[in-house]
Amino acid sequence: MIKGVKGSLLAAVSLALVGCAATGKDTASASDKPAEKPAKFNKDPYPSTYKPYPGQVTAVRNVTIFDGEGGRIENGTVLLAEGKVEAIGGPDTPIPADIAVFDGTGKFLTPGVIDIHSHLGDYPSPSVDAHSDGNEATSPTTPEVWSEHSVWPQDPGFSRALANGGVTSLQILPGSANLMGGRSITLKNVPSRTVQGMKFPGAPYGLKMACGENPKRVYGGKGRAPSTRMGNFAVNRATWAKAAAYKKKMDDGKAVDRDLAMETLAGVLAGEILVHNHCYRADEMALVIDMSKEFGYKVSTFHHAVESYKIADILAKEGICSAMWADWWGFKMEAYDSVPENIPLVYKAGACTIVHSDDANQIQRLNQEAAKARAAGRRIGIDVSDEVAWTWLSYNPAKALGIADRTGSLKPGKMADVVLWNGNPFSAYTRPEKVWIDGALMFDAMDPKRRPVSDFELGQPGEGDVK
Amino acid sequence: MIRSLLLSAAALVALPAAAQDVAITNAKLVIGDGSAPIERGTVVVRGGKVVAAGAGVAVPAGIERVDAEGRYVTPGIVAAFSRVGLVEVDAVSGTNDRSAPRTRFSAGLDIAPALNPMGSPVAVNRASGVTRAIVAPGGSSNLFAGQGAVVDLADDMDMVTRPRALQYVAFGEDGASKAGGSRAATFLLFREQLLAARSYARNPAALAEWGNDAMIQRADADALVRVIDGTTPLFVRVDRAVDIVNVLKLKGEFPALKLVLVGATEGWIVAREIAAAKVPVLVSPLTDLPSSFEQLGATQSNAGRLKAAGVDVSVGVFDDDDAHKMGYATQYAGNLVGLTRVPGASGLSWDQAFASISSVPARAVGMEGSIGSLRPGRAGDVVIWDNDPLELGSRPTMVWIDGKAQSLTTRQDRLRERYATPQEGALPNAYDW
Repeated sequence: MIKGVKGSLLAAVSLALVGCAATGKDTASASDKPAEKPAKFNKDPYPSTYKPYPGQVTAVRNVTIFDGEGGRIENGTVLLAEGKVEAIGGPDTPIPADIAVFDGTGKFLTPGVIDIHSHLGDYPSPSVDAHSDGNEATSPTTPEVWSEHSVWPQDPGFSRALANGGVTSLQILPGSANLMGGRSITLKNVPSRTVQGMKFPGAPYGLKMACGENPKRVYGGKGRAPSTRMGNFAVNRATWAKAAAYKKKMDDGKAVDRDLAMETLAGVLAGEILVHNHCYRADEMALVIDMSKEFGYKVSTFHHAVESYKIADILAKEGICSAMWADWWGFKMEAYDSVPENIPLVYKAGACTIVHSDDANQIQRLNQEAAKARAAGRRIGIDVSDEVAWTWLSYNPAKALGIADRTGSLKPGKMADVVLWNGNPFSAYTRPEKVWIDGALMFDAMDPKRRPVSDFELGQPGEGDVK
Repeated sequence: MIRSLLLSAAALVALPAAAQDVAITNAKLVIGDGSAPIERGTVVVRGGKVVAAGAGVAVPAGIERVDAEGRYVTPGIVAAFSRVGLVEVDAVSGTNDRSAPRTRFSAGLDIAPALNPMGSPVAVNRASGVTRAIVAPGGSSNLFAGQGAVVDLADDMDMVTRPRALQYVAFGEDGASKAGGSRAATFLLFREQLLAARSYARNPAALAEWGNDAMIQRADADALVRVIDGTTPLFVRVDRAVDIVNVLKLKGEFPALKLVLVGATEGWIVAREIAAAKVPVLVSPLTDLPSSFEQLGATQSNAGRLKAAGVDVSVGVFDDDDAHKMGYATQYAGNLVGLTRVPGASGLSWDQAFASISSVPARAVGMEGSIGSLRPGRAGDVVIWDNDPLELGSRPTMVWIDGKAQSLTTRQDRLRERYATPQEGALPNAYDW
């Protein structure tokens, strides 16, 4: 949103990486043996070290289940074992003897919430200038930067998202000062000393892009391109053209100098890196769709997308997701035409519908945002059931992040990323009671010691408080 | 019922709005003073004011009756701390009168002429059940931000209920920055400005003698004199526990100050001191992140713990979007009810939570006798809701302000109607209006 951009401008003192082609040892072999194939760059130089934490074999019975793909089971049973959903079904689902069994009477069980748009770690709390690491606002295109290199794992916001929001996975994006802000990263919401210890194993990378006001304001304010929306497109297209040429050279088996920016963009053109495009206005989204076709890539998701309702038919046809707030509006010109029925109208058109936060506070109640959107839809005759609305919070974001085969719904064999709520999660009166990630109990409202406390909070007022 | 009521409310806006006498019957009636809802209650509004509310209230003959069919009927929400009316689009500076960082005045600023009742945020907030708001200026070039107002959100040109209803000042990190870089400077500047205002009050000619060395200007001194004598409540933004204690101590030197704490993120740590000083608090209740070093102790249990200690706690929507999303007050209040079910957490009962967004903020600004509840004599600000007002997605079906039925149609409704089917038809969408 706005805040991130402002903060970063003040703090934009880091050196630009633009143009600094890192010609390191990786490329040396190409010149030594010209007849050989060009060097393959390591696509995973900062590999995930995340391992599921130990969990007990656990069953929850007599619970109302939303399975995340639109299914609902009353008086249901779920069995978690070896970090996976082992079984899900009705009251007659067999469960082994001598395991932990929780009675879910009056409670609800869902897949963990997945926030497709977060800046936790790269704009952490406390939001002091020294922590402002979300926008490399020194060049309008910085596809060479990776958000994981900014993530501070000690951000207390991660634990709030877990304990109050039931968030089990989240995508950390660069900010929106730049047209191409850099790579995003998908994390498991577990405390860790290192960001590698949070990285969702095998999740594809994303590329953050931004339409509209932010890039043209940030760079126009510095007296350079882009300063207009047409400038935004011109800079984007020139960069994509360069990337296409770089990729062709690689595809043709020619040696290329290592270029971190071009590697990211070539990854997008190859379909390996997913585009997450901050874009508010309908007309700009339509132009971005044409630009993606011009250069041969696909937009996974338009983020913020407050005007998706104006082109919901086009988004459905193109198979592009919209990640939206329930009712944020009016903070900037391109958010002026927001309507509270945006989410249900996108859903009704058959387009992929996601509720996102972009905020360290709202990430703690995305379930409540979905509830408000659903109610707004009902008032205009779009009736969405609880269990279908939950797809906006887990399965759809998982699909848009390329991890739906592993998480986002409660199907046997998938990751046991599960929340037990102390009531219907579409009520303001409901909170998470327990959260499992890969079958490990990472939060328990009934046990004060099952509440993570970051390094920053140790020895401070309110350490270990309920928050 | 909902549809016909909406239609009738829409029809009413075409007419010049006039106070109607109306009785709303068969209500789940919430008085707003912290008492429990009354089943099958009636509220009678005459001459723009509540004349009776409760069970077994007789409906005067010849008065319009509205059957609430068992739905919640409440006083309108009082936004405890907001900028509604001062902002249309935050990032479009010409439409944003929140702050005046380049003015040479401070405490003397009066937001009343900056308020725009025709702005779309007024309509959107009204449609979410907010009928009154405490509006504070954001800041000036000096320590004091200026004088706020209590406003109504009615569909008419006269927005101000009480002008100059409060003076606003930020202590803590913001105040230190304004005063020269240290909290020490904040406290000294505050004291010197008040003392200068007092000297001026005793001898207005002194100001001319001081000339360019004056600590204060006439307009600012006029406003601060009313703060010193307690005529104008002083709303103080302060978050760190020890900063709160030091602000409370200001009453030692200026005993008539009517302090109201805004924010008070670490208030729970010094809840007993706040209660003993009998100073009300406005909180943004879901603040639970250490966003700054003055909010390290942030917890959603702040409101509940303050209330338990005997502090008057109002729930506001700030440190969020303080101009457009006043309707979040009901959601935030509902969350506080939810906290009562979390082991180790503190929240509010439903009745307390509703009062914290109606009568309690009215009391904080010294207007409990005229707005914020359905007790006799209060303004006829009444809302019929489609569901539990503290639940997610509940909306008003009818709203009265000063006894006048209000339009609930917003610009957002018009956009949504236009794009219910997004494709262009026989003519472009622009012809659909």
